[in-house]
Amino acid sequence: MSTDTNIKIEIRDLTMAYGSFVVMRDISAQVRRGEVFIIMGGSGCGKSTLLRHMIGLKRPAKGDIYYDGTPYWQSDEAVRQGKLRSFGVLFQSGALWSSMTLAENIGLVLGEYTDFPPAEIRAIAGLKLALVGLKGFEDYYPAEISGGMCKRAGLARALALDPDVLFFDEPSAGLDPISSRNLDELILQLRDSLGATFVVVTHELASIFTIGDNSVFLDPITRTMRAKGNPRELLKHSTDPAVQQFLTRGEASAHPAAQPS
Amino acid sequence: MLIVEIAGDWLDRSSLPDLAAVQHELAHTQAKALEFDASALGHWDSALMVRILALFDLCTKAKSEFRAATLPEGLAKLIALSQAVPEKSDAVRKSTTPSFLQRVGESGLTAWTGGTSMLSFLGESVVASLKLVRGQAQFRWSDTLLVIQQCGPEALGIVGLINFLIGMILAFVGATELTQFGASIYTADLVAIASVREMACIMTGIIICGRTGAAFAAQLGTMKVNQEIEAFQTFGISSFEFLVLPRMMALVLMMPLLCLFADLIAIAGGFLVSTLMLDVSPLLYLDRTVASISLTAFLLGVFKGAFFGVIVALTGCLRGMQCGTNAAAVGQATTSAVVTGITWIIASDGIFAVICSALHI
Repeated sequence: MSTDTNIKIEIRDLTMAYGSFVVMRDISAQVRRGEVFIIMGGSGCGKSTLLRHMIGLKRPAKGDIYYDGTPYWQSDEAVRQGKLRSFGVLFQSGALWSSMTLAENIGLVLGEYTDFPPAEIRAIAGLKLALVGLKGFEDYYPAEISGGMCKRAGLARALALDPDVLFFDEPSAGLDPISSRNLDELILQLRDSLGATFVVVTHELASIFTIGDNSVFLDPITRTMRAKGNPRELLKHSTDPAVQQFLTRGEASAHPAAQPS
Repeated sequence: MLIVEIAGDWLDRSSLPDLAAVQHELAHTQAKALEFDASALGHWDSALMVRILALFDLCTKAKSEFRAATLPEGLAKLIALSQAVPEKSDAVRKSTTPSFLQRVGESGLTAWTGGTSMLSFLGESVVASLKLVRGQAQFRWSDTLLVIQQCGPEALGIVGLINFLIGMILAFVGATELTQFGASIYTADLVAIASVREMACIMTGIIICGRTGAAFAAQLGTMKVNQEIEAFQTFGISSFEFLVLPRMMALVLMMPLLCLFADLIAIAGGFLVSTLMLDVSPLLYLDRTVASISLTAFLLGVFKGAFFGVIVALTGCLRGMQCGTNAAAVGQATTSAVVTGITWIIASDGIFAVICSALHI
């Protein structure tokens, strides 16, 4: 176990499988406190599956994920529930509870874990919505707002309990370039102001280079990770053709420096 | 060398020329290459492409050279494009027919996992109910009230209509037989006992299963598709307590009331038929009705109603929570919720009948 107290998340020898079908094996990575950690790779390589393992939705076939030095899956139910409380998750489509207004969506989470009176809860929900630029939409239902707004509202809900770790599943999927960029800015601002650690699943190169401090590159052919580290450094120094191809949209294939040495 | 001549417009979708002639020629002449003469080719679409790709495959098999360059430029490019990415051999689905033993084993395993998941769901519902009694369950009363409104008052119309008709049918059938013995007044007993003990609660259970059970499965299934259920999990909120408990409570509270309503309406149906068509005096009919219903029979019917409510809530929610993650799965979940629900309602009513006869109730 690492003695470095600055390590927030450590993935150790993780093997993910659906039944007997192994999706990825032997993934290991460390994420320091306050970093934006990117899980990248081509479509269908198991990025979202890795995220599901990290947020407690899927049990690993082997290995574990350590938060602040404590293993998640080897711990008992009570510890896991406690960990979940310090997580915030933004699902791909927001996954807002469709039978509740935005304020109720956020208020529900707050109501479960705090003893604030209703007026206070509503005020906090309003604040969280204002943080993501949705002030005034408290009483809208998820079906009444656009996909991009749903995503931001989902982020507001993920922020409800002031989480230590925020997880994003493809934050820019389905967003226009400007909204997508705004979301990236928002992530960076939140990281600087909240001091939280971020885990982002994405394959948007622009996002990867703008927000990523650390990353892991998953390769569906070898079914394991091919590279890890700062994506900008990987672009400069990685000699792995698959990584280079991914980070340069395939333009590196003709580049001699990118060939394996 | 073999030259294939393509001419005219290739837009006819009904008939395409057979390639047997080309295959025959290739095999016979052992041609080294296949070329095309497309000088007279008019308009064409994908149908021609498919034929040409088939020729390409024939050439590969006969080890002849396929000279794509002799095709018109557009066609040649499309052919090249379709060949650019090699077929991913492990991605192609093979339809194999499993052996008899394999199928028996698979269906056995499916039945086993289905049974265990049903049992664990049942266990969870007991745990959640205990938590509810101790006041520790996480759910919102506003959700419960909404479900109560949807499955109670809003179902009054259909429950009333069906049970009124059932009461009338019972009276008709009973009267036809009983008049032969000059005992038409006992139609009142027949209608009262049959509806209060059995028909009212069974019919209400089936109606609520088709109406509310299906709605539960579809709601929860759609929430599953939208990852809303997973969102509950990641916030550490028990989706069982939050979604299943209010629905179960609502049905347990509403079903006895609906059964009571159904009892009254069914008796009213029988009353109408008897008094209008059988010349039974209204007062006598009511008198016989009151005399024939025992408190035990009445309570038994109401209790069974509440029990069927639990069945409908559990099967509806179970199928909704088990739902896959696409639109078709929501449909399957709904169908399966109604089928499972009705089956269990009828089966458990049979068990009740056996128990009651053993206890002489």
